[in-house]
Amino acid sequence: MSAVPLSLPRGLLARAAVLGPLAQAPGRAALSIIAIALGVALGLAVHLINRAAVSEVSAAARSLSGHADLVVQGPADGFSEALYPTLARVPEVAAASPVIEAEARVVGTRETLPILGLDVFRAAALHPVIAAAAGPRGDALFAEDGILLSASAARALHLKAGDTFTVQAGLTRMELRVLDLLPAGAYRQRLGIMDIAAAQWKLGRLGHLQRVDLRLQPGAEREQLRARIQALLPAGVQALTPEDQDAQAASLSRAYRVNLTALSLVALFTGGFLVFATQALAAVRRRRQIALLRALGVTRRLQFLYALTEAGTLGMVGAGAGIALGIAVAAVALKTFGADLGAGYFPGVEPELALTPWEALPFFLAGVVTALAGALVPAWAAASAPPAQALKAGDEERPASPSRGWRTGLILWILAALAIPLPAVNGLPLFGYAAIACILLGAVFVAPFAARTLFARLPVIPHAGYQVATAQLRGTPAQGSLSIAAVLVSFGLMTSMAIMVVSFRASLDTWLEKVLPADLYLRTGQSGDTAFIPPEAQRLIAATPGIARAEFGRGREIFLAPDKPALALIARPMNPERAQKGLALQSAAPVPAGRTPVWVSEAAADLHGLKPGDEVAIPLEGAARPFTVAGIWRDYARQTGAVLIDRDAYVQLTGDGRANVASLWLSPGAAIGEVSAALRARLPAGTDYEIASPAEIRAVSMRIFDRTFAITHLLEAVAIVIGLFGISASFSAQVLARRGEFGMLRHLGMTPGQVGGMLALEGGILGALGVAMGLAAGFVVSLVLIHVVNRQSFHWSLDLHLPWGLLLALGLALVCASAFTAALSGRRAMGPDVLRAVREDW
Amino acid sequence: MTRLLRALLATMLALAAQAADYPPVVPGRALSFPADEGSHPAYRTEWWYVTGWLDAGNGKRLGFQVTFFRSRPDLDTGNPSRFAPRQLLFAHAAVSDPGVGRLLHDERSARAGFGLAEAREGATDVRIDDWSLVKSDGVFRASIPAREFGLDLAFRASQPPLLHGAKGFSQKGPEPASASHYYSLPQLQVSGEITAGGKRLPVTGSAWLDHEWSSSLMDAEAVGWDWVGINLDDGGALMLFRMRDARGGARWAGGTLRGADGTVRAFAPADVEFAPERNWRSPRSGIAYPVAWRIRVGDRVVTVRPLMEDQESDTRKSTGTIYWEGAVEAFDAADRPIGRGYLELTGYGKALRL
Repeated sequence: MSAVPLSLPRGLLARAAVLGPLAQAPGRAALSIIAIALGVALGLAVHLINRAAVSEVSAAARSLSGHADLVVQGPADGFSEALYPTLARVPEVAAASPVIEAEARVVGTRETLPILGLDVFRAAALHPVIAAAAGPRGDALFAEDGILLSASAARALHLKAGDTFTVQAGLTRMELRVLDLLPAGAYRQRLGIMDIAAAQWKLGRLGHLQRVDLRLQPGAEREQLRARIQALLPAGVQALTPEDQDAQAASLSRAYRVNLTALSLVALFTGGFLVFATQALAAVRRRRQIALLRALGVTRRLQFLYALTEAGTLGMVGAGAGIALGIAVAAVALKTFGADLGAGYFPGVEPELALTPWEALPFFLAGVVTALAGALVPAWAAASAPPAQALKAGDEERPASPSRGWRTGLILWILAALAIPLPAVNGLPLFGYAAIACILLGAVFVAPFAARTLFARLPVIPHAGYQVATAQLRGTPAQGSLSIAAVLVSFGLMTSMAIMVVSFRASLDTWLEKVLPADLYLRTGQSGDTAFIPPEAQRLIAATPGIARAEFGRGREIFLAPDKPALALIARPMNPERAQKGLALQSAAPVPAGRTPVWVSEAAADLHGLKPGDEVAIPLEGAARPFTVAGIWRDYARQTGAVLIDRDAYVQLTGDGRANVASLWLSPGAAIGEVSAALRARLPAGTDYEIASPAEIRAVSMRIFDRTFAITHLLEAVAIVIGLFGISASFSAQVLARRGEFGMLRHLGMTPGQVGGMLALEGGILGALGVAMGLAAGFVVSLVLIHVVNRQSFHWSLDLHLPWGLLLALGLALVCASAFTAALSGRRAMGPDVLRAVREDW
Repeated sequence: MTRLLRALLATMLALAAQAADYPPVVPGRALSFPADEGSHPAYRTEWWYVTGWLDAGNGKRLGFQVTFFRSRPDLDTGNPSRFAPRQLLFAHAAVSDPGVGRLLHDERSARAGFGLAEAREGATDVRIDDWSLVKSDGVFRASIPAREFGLDLAFRASQPPLLHGAKGFSQKGPEPASASHYYSLPQLQVSGEITAGGKRLPVTGSAWLDHEWSSSLMDAEAVGWDWVGINLDDGGALMLFRMRDARGGARWAGGTLRGADGTVRAFAPADVEFAPERNWRSPRSGIAYPVAWRIRVGDRVVTVRPLMEDQESDTRKSTGTIYWEGAVEAFDAADRPIGRGYLELTGYGKALRL
């Protein structure tokens, strides 16, 4: 035997062994390439989008504080400007630049414009960009109606130098004149810069600052100085490093981004699964070729290498295509939805896409490795089949059997159960993701066992096609496992995501109903913390005809811990009974007499480690005030947390009688439209309030929710396609192996239609089993998503809602699709010469 | 004498919603000391300008300049903000070291307020952060920690203030509306330290302090000026200036001489004639400055020549101007040295508007 291959040139044989199959079956090669490309593309696209978003956010945060070494940051309503000279006089401080931060609504648009008030002289040391842009005309900023716009703000608002526009700041409108545009590289985000004096005056911030940026003397020890400066600051004001600022900005969206990355891993995993399926199919198809090569003297080792080289070639082509596709998908997604894919984390930021070869390399390698890993088992199995036996027919059951036994599955499930109660790692639900992977993988391992058990118990029906089909299933349970696993994984993923999203949506809807009890809401535009309803306007609103009762609330921003993002402080009429009724309370504790109660949101409780009965110091007007946690409530609106206190207590502590929002109950018979009109007429001209009914607010909220979760629907669709793909691949392989059987059945008088029907039945049964197991696994995964992943990522609890109708319909559709795919693949693979196949083994 | 100002102010003039109400400089206002050594915030511009020669030992001679400007922007704002730009302060400092061959200089600018940048009324006390010029116990002290050097100098007056023009009313153009209140303290005895290249050098020397305030300095025809102030070796003091028009001719001129015996003589425009002796072109800005002059003063001729040629000050970043301000030696008609002082040449690159 060994004499023959010596006469063949080695390179030629290798080329024939590797490239031959590819050239011979370009369709199959394309399939594998597409699978790899899809996985790589999804992973890379999510990575690129994330990276663009994060670098954009941190670049934005960093450009705002310029070359600052330390940033003294107050809450949105700022701190006393008296702190500024104190900080400037610290000997190690080389430059101190006071800053006003505000957000103003641009009248006539839905846009808000962040405005920075700067002292150009002081900012020059920290913001060379501004100094250069303001240049010899820096003094022009002294014009009280003057503003410099960043290039992106000018673009978004369609303004150019010399134009005027109106903004709403506080309750008054003012006209601003665009003095000049900042160079395009200066600030990528939308931004306007005014003189600090004009900003203090016109934006209602007299006597206050939001920030002081500090540049330290060369050689000053930053951490040591930070501690000393922190000691100078009133409660609620923090000395941050630029890295802290980055972390705060990025932490807002980190959990969301990690969730997306996990989904992209799912995509790559299913891609690998697909390679396995197509390679298994290829191995079956080429069983005799391989046997022939072996007979010609190619060693098992060499044959194995040939197979891996082939898979590697496919992987490289697929990964290359995937990288191109990923870049394209990311570009389109960024352009269409923005860096957060529509989730609203980074408004006003215009990300740019960039990719270095070093970044692309891991994704490329992941694609190649996935292809090799997917090909490993089929290639080894094919290479190790004894040539003499493989050259005959009827031996095809062996190679495609990935049976590992139910024990492995059980162990994986036990691991999942152990991982579920573990806490988040660094704020990320890593163990939750691990548990999900274990649950799905465990189900895949248990599937063959379940299949065998079920097939053995299939009822006997006197119908030829059915009996042949069930006999086939019983006889070769391992063959069907591939189909079951494909359906199981795809339907499981889909089920879990559907249950999670529906639960979230329903919980949000219920919550909105609970927190919006009034008939009408009035709030101070989008100008955020610059806008107030002053006490006079509150009286005017309450006395409007048609309004039976009016309640006013004040919202502002506070810092509870230097390393955590700011949270919302809400002051509105509260008492323990109302908390039960008007808040989605999750837990509560009685507050001892003489203590001031505070109700904290779930996110605030999780992030700051609070539970009912705890004492918490809340910084108000620069002093830390003691409160007792009376309860924890559900809040879907503020991801970084919210604390709620009684408005009387708030006014008593701060003397701040202003409000941002009014809840209005109408008198019987009063019409919403008329009362809104009356309100608008009564309030001073030039003021800007938004008046909305609860229905409108709910509609807007639900629209935002649906946009945020749009991406998950896409991934569900991908999962389904991959599932069907797996069925198709598995049936194509089976049909090839069973050509002799089909030929025989045809000779016995079965029509091609009947053979197709039989295959459809097999596919349907396998699909149904996959759907059933997928449903069970998906349900368990959804519980993990809701109670572990969601809770640890976003700190909010959800009530479980099962979309039975949707799941049932989708499951049924998937079973039908499985049957159809099986029949179709069978038909394709059988071909016209199946009748002659009977002769092959004789 | 007349000094620099901000190109800044010109633009502000155009922008102001409501122009500031500056008091005019009128003849007959008697200067009183020490009250007039402090700030006059109502006027548009004001400066305290110290120049002088230092002896750093081993025959090493240096020139230095420390200047604080005050500027009241031309807007009468109703803004109650403590940041409202009611007064702006600027400071320049420079050291001329022939061993270096170019000026070491630095600058500061800030809006007045919060005790960080202030110009006090009633006594000399101007400061921007850690830069200050303060008079206490009869001694002026300048503390200037700058980027490439540091100055820590005390100035003791040996003579009474020298009032220019008509008892401190110094006319700058054909119209009496162009004028300033202006006095000098020549022959100041300097002691202190200069830090350069990480070394602290004790220094002594003699200096000249100008204090001048005005609301309307230059008329429409003037584009710049040449100024010289010399501490004469015999104890006298000589100040000469001319305002130039766009053609480079003299639009106005004047000067003051205090003799060693204390007699003061004021010069009319016809008494003063500036003639350039030598030009030097800056390799950085390309501007040509007449850095040496023959000046006719009445019936005398005084020649001034620079300690080094490159004493150009580029302050375009803070004040928007570029000028030549440097240490010079003075010689008589027979070319014998008669004293040392400073020469200032403005408006050679671009017209100044004050």
